[in-house]
Amino acid sequence: MPRPLHKEFLKGLWEEIPPFRLVLGLCPVLAVTRSVENGIGMGLATAFVLVCSNMLISLLRNHIPPKVRIACYILVIATFVTIVDLLMQAFTYPLYQKLGIFIPLIVVNCIVLGRAEAFASKNPLLPSLADGLGIGIGFTLSLATLGALREIFGNGTFFGHTVFGPGYMPLTFLVEAPGAFIGLGLLLGLMNLISQRR
Amino acid sequence: MGEMIRMVAVLAVLSAVSGGVLAGVQQWTREPIERQQLANEKAPVIRHILQGMENDPIAERFTLKDGDRNRQFFPGLLPDGPVMVLEGSSQGYSGDIHVMVGIRMNDDTLAGIGVTTHSETPGIGSRAKEDPSFSRQFAGKKASGPKTLRSDGGDIDSLSGATITSRAVGRAVEEAAAAYLRLKPELESRFSGKED
Repeated sequence: MPRPLHKEFLKGLWEEIPPFRLVLGLCPVLAVTRSVENGIGMGLATAFVLVCSNMLISLLRNHIPPKVRIACYILVIATFVTIVDLLMQAFTYPLYQKLGIFIPLIVVNCIVLGRAEAFASKNPLLPSLADGLGIGIGFTLSLATLGALREIFGNGTFFGHTVFGPGYMPLTFLVEAPGAFIGLGLLLGLMNLISQRR
Repeated sequence: MGEMIRMVAVLAVLSAVSGGVLAGVQQWTREPIERQQLANEKAPVIRHILQGMENDPIAERFTLKDGDRNRQFFPGLLPDGPVMVLEGSSQGYSGDIHVMVGIRMNDDTLAGIGVTTHSETPGIGSRAKEDPSFSRQFAGKKASGPKTLRSDGGDIDSLSGATITSRAVGRAVEEAAAAYLRLKPELESRFSGKED
């Protein structure tokens, strides 16, 4: 008995939200969430790849020989990542400059390959689309939240606009690497706390 | 056996389709990407090299044939004479490094250089672009002659930990300077034509 589509979609927003619930794909999470804008950009790029690869892999799932399935998934994912990379260079160059090497690295993002292997290869088109959208949007939300936390308290700005008065001393360490781990840990703890209360 | 053939066939078809799609997307995005790179990467470097310029080198850019490729030139008019800016490239630590090189037309010395696009390691090779004390070393050198690192017997101090990148920047400058010297007669006629 297949689960209804909206459940496949919604699970990505809380129950299985990456990177908090499936603690996967941490490399871009930690590296690019210095600001909300970077977080959202990275999240949307990953979501695009995730949705497209989920759909295509689900369509091809009966034709891909099991022994070479991972190679096929990587090929599909790498193609979409290269498309995103070119599109971002063509239309959102300043964001592309900020995200740099992390766009090509979406190829090896465990979330994308993980969804292909665990979900899209076993489910029809529509559930795979719902799954990709849910996980993709969830990932974008997570990155945006972490980016906002780090930008607001680490830099005193939100989308580049000053939030606090001139007297605010930014907690600069938050925009550095250790701040990413601490921010991630705090959010993860908060989520567990909320889940327990329910 | 049949399974083997199927595996090969599926992978081959997927790769072919992927290659075709990417070639199409690349073709389609080539012009917008060139425009974006000019506005976001090249223009700031050119403006930096040509500080105090009296014209708009971006608007006045032109292309000349250099062997079998086209080269873009950005002519700048500084108070102390014309400077021609062109881009050279060479293989860096990962991928090509592109370097803008400004050369004074009066005495063929370098007015300044700046790295534009590269894919070097962030924080290591990328300092070739971010650290002005590295690129500043090239200013004043003659366009002809090698631009080698001190460790290779030259007089350029390399970026510590990024020898391959530093060497590549030197080669890219040499490449641009060589093209400039090859095309100098044509370039001079361009400039004198403009001033008439």
